[in-house]
Amino acid sequence: MHDFTTLLIEVGALLLLLGLLSRLSRRFGLSPIPLYLLAGLAFGHGGLLPLDASEEFFAVGAEIGVILLLVMLGLEYSANELVGNLRSAAPAGLIDGVLNALPGAGFALLLGWDWVAALVLGGITWVSSSGVIAKVLADLGRLGNRETPVILSVLVIEDLAMALYLPLVTAVLAGTGLLGGGIALTVAVGTVLIVLVVAIRYGHLISSALSAKDPEALLLGVLGLTLLIAGIAASLQVSAAVGAFLVGIALSGPVAHHATELLSPLRDLFAAVFFVFFGLTTSPQDIPPVLLPALALAVVTMGTKTLTGYLAARRVGIAEPGRWRAGLALVPRGEFSIVIAGLAVAAGSVEPRLAALAATYVLITVVTGPILARLPDFPWFKRWLRTRALAQRREAVPVHD
Amino acid sequence: MRVRVEQTALPGIGVRHDLVTESGRRLGVVSHRNGRRDLVLYDPDDPDACQADIPLTDDEAEALADILGASLMLGQLSGLREQAAGLLTEQIAIPAGSRYVNRPLADTKARTRTSASIVAVLRDGEVIVSPLPSFRFAAGDVVVVVGTRRGLDGVSAILADSDPDG
Repeated sequence: MHDFTTLLIEVGALLLLLGLLSRLSRRFGLSPIPLYLLAGLAFGHGGLLPLDASEEFFAVGAEIGVILLLVMLGLEYSANELVGNLRSAAPAGLIDGVLNALPGAGFALLLGWDWVAALVLGGITWVSSSGVIAKVLADLGRLGNRETPVILSVLVIEDLAMALYLPLVTAVLAGTGLLGGGIALTVAVGTVLIVLVVAIRYGHLISSALSAKDPEALLLGVLGLTLLIAGIAASLQVSAAVGAFLVGIALSGPVAHHATELLSPLRDLFAAVFFVFFGLTTSPQDIPPVLLPALALAVVTMGTKTLTGYLAARRVGIAEPGRWRAGLALVPRGEFSIVIAGLAVAAGSVEPRLAALAATYVLITVVTGPILARLPDFPWFKRWLRTRALAQRREAVPVHD
Repeated sequence: MRVRVEQTALPGIGVRHDLVTESGRRLGVVSHRNGRRDLVLYDPDDPDACQADIPLTDDEAEALADILGASLMLGQLSGLREQAAGLLTEQIAIPAGSRYVNRPLADTKARTRTSASIVAVLRDGEVIVSPLPSFRFAAGDVVVVVGTRRGLDGVSAILADSDPDG
């Protein structure tokens, strides 16, 4: 009885604090993710005020948070969009993977960590945060811009790549080695292909089994289906998150639209719990030693991400200013990086400093990213581009004024 | 003559339609999946960027579409001129002093007298297509007439008539 009372007090106080933090971050037009992480750090092991009674609650909440984050991501896309996009944007996705995953992996090896940690860190630096970026684009009124489809298609490819990467990492972290990883990857590729085909051919059947008319039945039905599939996927070693993502993709039409509306508040709650829990399990004492490496890694991968967007936009004939907008918009890393780091932490077999490094890295990119995205709108940046373009033209063809 | 409208999918958001006008400006509409619509105008200096992003409610979008549709209809009517030789269209305003103000269309007997037809009436920016014989004219209405040159001149004369017995 006493434990339960403490639990209520701790959870209540923390959620209240998160509410205040979220409001604060909205006022400054920033994503609340960094503040949630900081709150978690403050109350975790070795933090200012450790919470003990509610740790188990947050652990379960965090698992549900990951599943909800992924199912909502899947709901945003239809299977047709994913497949159609894959054909046109595959080269951009490839550039993205090479330019951003390799520096992360190389950095881990440079720090003297093993190849499993390298694989994990590569994933952390690879994936941009679709949630943060979509919000930045909407805030800056750039949804109609011609470079925006380029940004979105890079994000879609990353999300789809995660459906293959997460099972691989899950298997490798479980200590099965490369062979086990290969098997998991094959199973994942097969599952993803089957789900895409089924969703394109029979998606309307799955969706019509869940009526969009009754909100309560729909909420329980979609949530139940998602958790069930996620659980089955986890027991098959294909990562619960990926199972949830595939459920989201398989649902389409009005069911997907209503489910998005119904699940949004739940996602907001459990995703916040997830970020806090990651902060809780990361010890603040680990952060100062990794601060400089994290900063260096952030600077390097922010550069490579900008280059990715720049090249991807150039490929489809976007002019110089648009290329910079695309590049700088892609910088923030967020929920996915934490999901990957969370998997590694849960496995417990990797370099202990990884969690601290990931948290610091995400904090840096998620805060500076939206600020960098605003750069191309400043007059001095436009002036700089104009003089640059002028200089290039003068080099190419000597003209006299 | 046909305009090229480009359609671009925005995964996770919706779809964007855009076109370049003859005057060289690019404009588009972003249709969000949740039903929201944005009218976007592109920057002439940087054709990839939006200069303005104007969210439209359902009613606003409908009003705008109506206005564009009405003026479009007029354009198509006057386009008839080029398609059928000898057949002309004309917009004739009803003067305030006309004897047909406040009287039904049937009273003009325009078709029997001139063999030209009144195919539409424009009133307050709205188009009334194929007005019935019982349709009552008001001062300032503009009628759209289709017929030969002589017929159009005849209708013009009838509507301008101010004397009840002229």
